Amino acid sequence: MSNPITKITHNKPVFEDNDPQDELITLNIGPTHPATHGVFQNVVQIDGERIVSGVSTIGYIHRAFEKIAERRPFYQITPLTDRLNYCSSPINNMGWHMTVEKLLGIEIPKRVQYMRVIVMELARIADHIICNGILGVDTGAFSGFLYVMQEREFIYEIYEEICGARLTTNIGRIGGFERDFNEITFKKIEEFLERYPPVLREFEELFVRNRIFIERTAGVAAVTPEEALEYSWSGPILRATGVDYDVRVVSPYCSYEEFDFEVPVGTNGDVYDRFMVRNAEMWQSLSIIRQALDKIKKEPAGVFHADVPEFYLPPKEQVYNNMEALIYHFKIVMGEWETPQSEVYHSVEGANGELGFYLIHDGGRTPYRLHFRRPSFINYQMFAPMSAGMLISDAIINMSSLNVIAGELDA
Amino acid sequence: MDKLTNQYIIESLSEKFGEAVQIIGEPHGLLTLSTSAEQIIEVLTYLKNSESLRFNYLTDITGVHYPNQEKEFAVVYHLHNLFRNLRVRIKVFLDGTDLTISTVTNLWKGANWMERETYDFYGIIFDGHPDLRRILNMDDLEVFPMRKEHPLEDPNRVDKKDFYFGR
Amino acid sequence: MSKVTLAEAPPGVEGAGFFATTLDKAIGLARANSLWPLPFATSCCGIEFMATMGSTYDLARFGAERPSFSPRQADMLLVMGTIAKKMAPVLKQVYIQMAEPRWVIAVGACASSGGIFDTYSVLQGIDEIIPVDVYVPGCPPRPEAILDGVLKLQDIVKNESLNRRNTPEYKALLEKYGIETNNG
Repeated sequence: MSNPITKITHNKPVFEDNDPQDELITLNIGPTHPATHGVFQNVVQIDGERIVSGVSTIGYIHRAFEKIAERRPFYQITPLTDRLNYCSSPINNMGWHMTVEKLLGIEIPKRVQYMRVIVMELARIADHIICNGILGVDTGAFSGFLYVMQEREFIYEIYEEICGARLTTNIGRIGGFERDFNEITFKKIEEFLERYPPVLREFEELFVRNRIFIERTAGVAAVTPEEALEYSWSGPILRATGVDYDVRVVSPYCSYEEFDFEVPVGTNGDVYDRFMVRNAEMWQSLSIIRQALDKIKKEPAGVFHADVPEFYLPPKEQVYNNMEALIYHFKIVMGEWETPQSEVYHSVEGANGELGFYLIHDGGRTPYRLHFRRPSFINYQMFAPMSAGMLISDAIINMSSLNVIAGELDA
Repeated sequence: MDKLTNQYIIESLSEKFGEAVQIIGEPHGLLTLSTSAEQIIEVLTYLKNSESLRFNYLTDITGVHYPNQEKEFAVVYHLHNLFRNLRVRIKVFLDGTDLTISTVTNLWKGANWMERETYDFYGIIFDGHPDLRRILNMDDLEVFPMRKEHPLEDPNRVDKKDFYFGR
Repeated sequence: MSKVTLAEAPPGVEGAGFFATTLDKAIGLARANSLWPLPFATSCCGIEFMATMGSTYDLARFGAERPSFSPRQADMLLVMGTIAKKMAPVLKQVYIQMAEPRWVIAVGACASSGGIFDTYSVLQGIDEIIPVDVYVPGCPPRPEAILDGVLKLQDIVKNESLNRRNTPEYKALLEKYGIETNNG
């Protein structure tokens, strides 16, 4: 691979034949190794501290998402998507809603789209906080992690205002949101935009010009753009190699084309660049949230879902008190709705790559087939081949910089 | 640069392959084609390497099971032209008796795990794949669980008695 | 005045210069307030555990300062997240590697019962393979709930008889799970 092994010369004792230092050791890392932050197993052959070859085994939390999805009506699949990449659940939720809306041809009001943008960008920040924080922990800087975790808690507070849950959010419905953002939500988002930048600046000052961090990460696991595309990489790690592929720009959804933001790219594709790309993306996300808040103010207040009663689950109090709502509720829940037989592929820019939903619908209550294009799964397959020639410690930080989430990897 | 259109792809492919590439439709603007297992490598190679098409990015490979069709299984490829931003979907329908298709790992290394996953779920054999093993499920699983005839729930469960559920 | 709060002393006899209580109680007190957790985090609940360990909630306040990633030096196994059937032997191995006394908390719906994943590939609750002391509900549980689970476990630890691990009932329990008990 692109990481050349620098030859280390040292004086070996002379052996006639079968030199014990020529032997390779097989080392099993995982599936519950603390350094891997999740259930990944890699069996590697090592020569001293250098990895010669490795094999990844995955599937340790395979939960059969795609099989479950064939048995669940559309609105019950949202909780499943929560548990794909659980560090940024709202992006998955919104991606799934948009897939179904694309299938059904639902037009979403602008205000709802901007609300979705806010939620998705908050989720992106929360995800990048974890990834960059953990990368700091793995390179020996625990304090940065503790600083930014406080802010992630604040994002969770905003989620709680929006939907009541912290991690597996299940935000929104097909057709919009289940309720409007309340006053406190907007106030908290404003507060977050105020308080996060200084923390992020402090966090990046800990790392960006930190000599220990640079020496641990710069040039480690460098990947060329050609290799990255060959392995179908996407997301920040692809952009770190210099390819400006971002689904938000390439195939805009949710009115992303109206927003003014940059797609940060790296040059070397190494761990340091991945860190920097994620860091820069957090700044872009903050700017996008600010723009979305301004745009929302110009839209008619109180709109939080599309006017599609035949697809949008009515609120419970209406179901109990309103004949029409009861009928629609019954139809949606029992799957007696008019839906087109079609196929749709929709992708969103998840926190670690292109998250795609390939939905085949035959008009029934449940999807005929639903396939998730999971960025973690596709990004991770390069890990074992690219580890060859690396030090074990470099392979560990390489793994944390790939930001592979076990739930998404194994589905 | 002119915009790459679905129409152009159709013309270009039918010129090169004639009847071997069929058009299924354009659901939601995504051109969907079908071809045969014999032709798939040539079609994908052409799509990837042809100067005018350049579908250089393999988005996804997956399988579908249609138990009511004559050709029961389908392998679905999603390709993406990153230069001019267009996607295309290619389906290969396979007979239930001969679930063999050539691997595309020589075209995209990233196809490796996607094909293993498809094998794991549907039992489709990718001929020439360097390491075709189960990837997500346990190695000793005897069935291919995503096929429609298999139940979702564990058939060996003992604690799920009907009377708890009013059945 | 120090801000450190001392653990409440167990009931005993106090006199000039001495305090007498049962050995059970004294050891239980020490154990309960210095539990070494082994986080066996597989999925979503692991992220909430991260928050529990983090600065806002801080599990260390309850004596679990040192997360032990080696099963040999841990006594509280926190199983967080879905345990697939592929993972089950690994979990059991980790449990067997822990030294007595050992306690298990099943954090979250998946570890307790399989949760929403009633599928062919997921173990329907870890109590099918190892004994569990405390179940924490939630999908995922909030950090407060995880802390509550740890506090509940502390109650169990405090009141556990020193002899419990040698009783025939305990041995029968482990043997039911196929775990050998010939450790003296």
